[in-house]
Amino acid sequence: MHPWIGAGDDDRRRILSEIGLGSTDDLFSAIPPAVCVDRVPLANGLDEQAVRLELVAMALANLSPDCRPSFLGAGVYRHVQPSVIDAVLSRAEFFTSYTPYQPEIAQGTLQAIYEFQTLICQLTGMEVANASLYDGATALIEAVLFAHRVRRGKAQRVVLAETVHPMYRRVVRTYADPAGLEVLMVPAGGDGRVDPTTLRAAAGDESACCIAVQSPNFLGIVEDLPAVANVAHAAGALAVQVVAEAASFGLLAGGGAFGFDVVCGEAQSFGIPSGFGGPHLGFFACRNKDVRQMPGRLVGETVDSRGDRAYCLTLSTREQHIRRAKATSNICTNQGLMALAATVWLETVGGHGLRDLAAACLARSEDLKRRIEAAAGPWRLAFPTSPTFNELLITGPGEGAELARRLADLGVLAGVPSRTWGGSWPDGLLVAVTERTTTSEVEALMDGLGRVS
Amino acid sequence: MNLPSDLMYARTHEWARVEGDVVVVGITHYAQDQLGEVVYVELPEVGTGADASEELGTLESVKAVSEFNAPVAGEVVEVNERLEDEPNLVNEDPYGDGWLVKISGSVDDENLLDAAGYRAMIEEESA
Amino acid sequence: MKRRPIRPEPLIFERNPARARRPGFRLPSVDVPAVDPRTVLPPNLLRTDEPGCPDVSEMEVVQHFHRLSQLNYAVDEGLYPLGSCTMKYNPRLNEETARLQGFTSAHPLQPAAQVQGALRLIWELERALEAITGMAGVTLQPAAGAHGELAGILMIRKALEARGDVREEVLVPDSAHGTNPATAAFAGYRAVEVPSGDDGTVDMAALEELMTDRVAAVMLTVPNTLGLFEPRIVDIARLVHDRGGLIYMDGANLNAFAGRALPGLMGADAMHINLHKTFSTPHGGGGPGAGPVVVSKALVPHLPVPRVVRNGDIFTLVQDDPASIGPMRGFFGSFLILVRALTYIWSLGADGLREMSEVAVLYANLVRHRLAGAYHLPYDGPSLHEVVFDDTRQTRHDVHNTDIAKRLLDYGFHPPTMSFPLIVHGALMIEPAESVAPEEVEAFCNAMLAIAREAEESPDLVRSAPHDTPVSRVDEVRAARKLKVRWTPEDE
Repeated sequence: MHPWIGAGDDDRRRILSEIGLGSTDDLFSAIPPAVCVDRVPLANGLDEQAVRLELVAMALANLSPDCRPSFLGAGVYRHVQPSVIDAVLSRAEFFTSYTPYQPEIAQGTLQAIYEFQTLICQLTGMEVANASLYDGATALIEAVLFAHRVRRGKAQRVVLAETVHPMYRRVVRTYADPAGLEVLMVPAGGDGRVDPTTLRAAAGDESACCIAVQSPNFLGIVEDLPAVANVAHAAGALAVQVVAEAASFGLLAGGGAFGFDVVCGEAQSFGIPSGFGGPHLGFFACRNKDVRQMPGRLVGETVDSRGDRAYCLTLSTREQHIRRAKATSNICTNQGLMALAATVWLETVGGHGLRDLAAACLARSEDLKRRIEAAAGPWRLAFPTSPTFNELLITGPGEGAELARRLADLGVLAGVPSRTWGGSWPDGLLVAVTERTTTSEVEALMDGLGRVS
Repeated sequence: MNLPSDLMYARTHEWARVEGDVVVVGITHYAQDQLGEVVYVELPEVGTGADASEELGTLESVKAVSEFNAPVAGEVVEVNERLEDEPNLVNEDPYGDGWLVKISGSVDDENLLDAAGYRAMIEEESA
Repeated sequence: MKRRPIRPEPLIFERNPARARRPGFRLPSVDVPAVDPRTVLPPNLLRTDEPGCPDVSEMEVVQHFHRLSQLNYAVDEGLYPLGSCTMKYNPRLNEETARLQGFTSAHPLQPAAQVQGALRLIWELERALEAITGMAGVTLQPAAGAHGELAGILMIRKALEARGDVREEVLVPDSAHGTNPATAAFAGYRAVEVPSGDDGTVDMAALEELMTDRVAAVMLTVPNTLGLFEPRIVDIARLVHDRGGLIYMDGANLNAFAGRALPGLMGADAMHINLHKTFSTPHGGGGPGAGPVVVSKALVPHLPVPRVVRNGDIFTLVQDDPASIGPMRGFFGSFLILVRALTYIWSLGADGLREMSEVAVLYANLVRHRLAGAYHLPYDGPSLHEVVFDDTRQTRHDVHNTDIAKRLLDYGFHPPTMSFPLIVHGALMIEPAESVAPEEVEAFCNAMLAIAREAEESPDLVRSAPHDTPVSRVDEVRAARKLKVRWTPEDE
């Protein structure tokens, strides 16, 4: 008998007797013996303390970036984690409840998602946002497929800037090839950005369903969003902005301000732990006129039979449990609890707090740039005149991966090697800073850079 | 059952009314009753061509989606733009203000039923 | 007993209407010079608007979400008998292990040497899922069941391409969940429906006819959405394999036979597992879940990258493989969900898993036994972990399954799954799962029986339900017709 199983041996006997069965085997008579086994090849269950020890041992076998100078970014950022978030998420009413299909007993979840949708609209400058997607990479592919549908299947080409996170681009390939989409990648320019005229040329006339750029991009550099929106529309394509570092919304206007048709990406920066890569939080926002093509769940405001305000899931007919083969996406379970975490984070940090946080990121980043420029030795800013937010590419005496290794040996997680997934840019380290980065960490980094020269 | 006798009916629950060169198309009272309250209508673009029984668009209720088909072959010359803001018209006045599209074409009597034939078909289905 | 009053909680945007500055969190102090953004960033790209979110104190945030949480029913409160959702207990040990700092703070791009614990956990869970299913390989990357389904179908597609055999169709039973045909369409296949026979299982004659060399795969849910096991599963697999197709199995109902039967013996080529169903990871109000996919030998070469490889005591990563379908998403998967699932599997073990499926099936049959007089059973084959009734006895009094669901809320229960599978009109799909005490299942049955009586004697009461919930019946038609999906300042 196991504590997590509600019926003990006595209970089982009693129930079997009530329903008129002789033994457990009778319960499973419908399963052909040819597919049955006496037991699966696993050990028997362990007690709680034994399991705890095993898991703790595995956790301790990881080196935590919380405990040493860390400048890792490339799509996963180390921002503040107010204790309130976990306190709210630990409430069983939030984490053990189901998708709010019965709105009368799920108003807590529904209102929280409505707040999330509103916050995403405010930050991105767009009209409507969904209740979340899996992560930034899948948010991008959903945007591509969305654009394809909005263009009524008449434009098979997808134009992606090389400066979109290479991992996101690989995920796009996984989906795009079976869907028969032609993906064209436009290389980064010498300044670490993509050239809008090259995007325009790649898109052709009415052949592309979308042009997608990331800003701030994989190299930490801010792209020329107004120009990208213009060339996309001139080509008859949708303009898609992907964002991997959502904290940038504290300082930079979202694509909605420049006429983008989709702003999507990764909101892990809003209080979601790195968690070795997941679960994270994809977001997606578009215009009202395209809402029927939007993937994912959507919470709407309405009234109950007494006329009081209430919330419920809406436009469910887009989703696959109803629309089946013609659904706008195959997403079902999304990232509900992560969207709640982001909502709590944004409301705790506050509207002005997010601005201050972004300002701190920028201040720290510019300070780091000055130190690198001032230091003697081989380290350089790869793109010294290109505008950045909180991440930058530096080059040193050797390959990025080798330098990262040597710096790790000195106890500094100096950055992600920029050529981890290839790319036309210099081979160096992507260094990310946030409001959590301290001066002593920066000094340890500079010291380490000096020592590996 | 609400079944105007001057209309022709398709087996897939659309009605057709001839008005000069065009055929006005909608769904029957029975169909809207089965569907429930319509929240959105997806209409074809003007100029779309369709064969008889080909899908033209969809009608969405809260819990289901239903296609509607062209009862006759032809080209869509007009769509009911009021339905964008007032999809409820399909429920409230399915044979009048709730019309869906107008198709240029002619009624092919062989594939359509008259009111009595449609009524018989419904009664057989429900049995 | 009455519940005490809980004040309605406004939207956060309606709090602090004067927009007073109240700090909710103290940021770390900044000991570097402030930078005017206009000096380093193009000014036209900077935000110029006022923040849309008010500033509220920490206590205000806590009260806001505390009050909202009290409006929700949850698994911790009582039975949640949603068919095909497996709403079991979410053990607190899982929540403890998933919060260990070595897991939460690990960055996915740290060198492999620094994250051996995380890589080992992934490897251990992979082996455990292979053992539980009798399959040859597995990926833990997909973020949910539907995502895993897509990965499975893409692997099937790649395997067929690799042997030069491009096919166009995927067969899906009419009883299947909507994700199945949606996935097939997404992967570029045409979904063709296979009818169910009178007994609710796949119509073999129809399958025989539809299974041509145009068919890449048949997607089966086992047991199916009526809670019925496909009795000729082995024959179906043989037929499909003989004609060059593959079997995709929807593993949403794994709770029915985990620990006692193996999809590997049923002929499955790919099966997704919902960790948030069978393996107790929390539903979170709509995710995050995880949808690992176990595969047969034929599909192992096509598993997504990156992959974890073990050499003695060292774990490394393979990032590239041209035979792979590629990555389904960023990084390795929903790692903190994987931590919970492994915690659960090691706690239950082989013996515990058998008990789990036994009690899951036992409870579903108890419900079937107690309700069979009052509710109509459309298919009378043996039920496994879920039972499907319909509302035909109640519709005689103009009471429908939705009304029954809403009335159950007044009795303090979450309703079963409604209106699914599509082949049963007015369906009520009940899956108690194995976690609750027998008395809780019995109380649920009593509530259902009371409602059946009410449907006859006072149908108005049922039709106008719910009466005792924080909000009364919600107008979903209006939500769709008058779409409003965000707050705006003009709302005031």
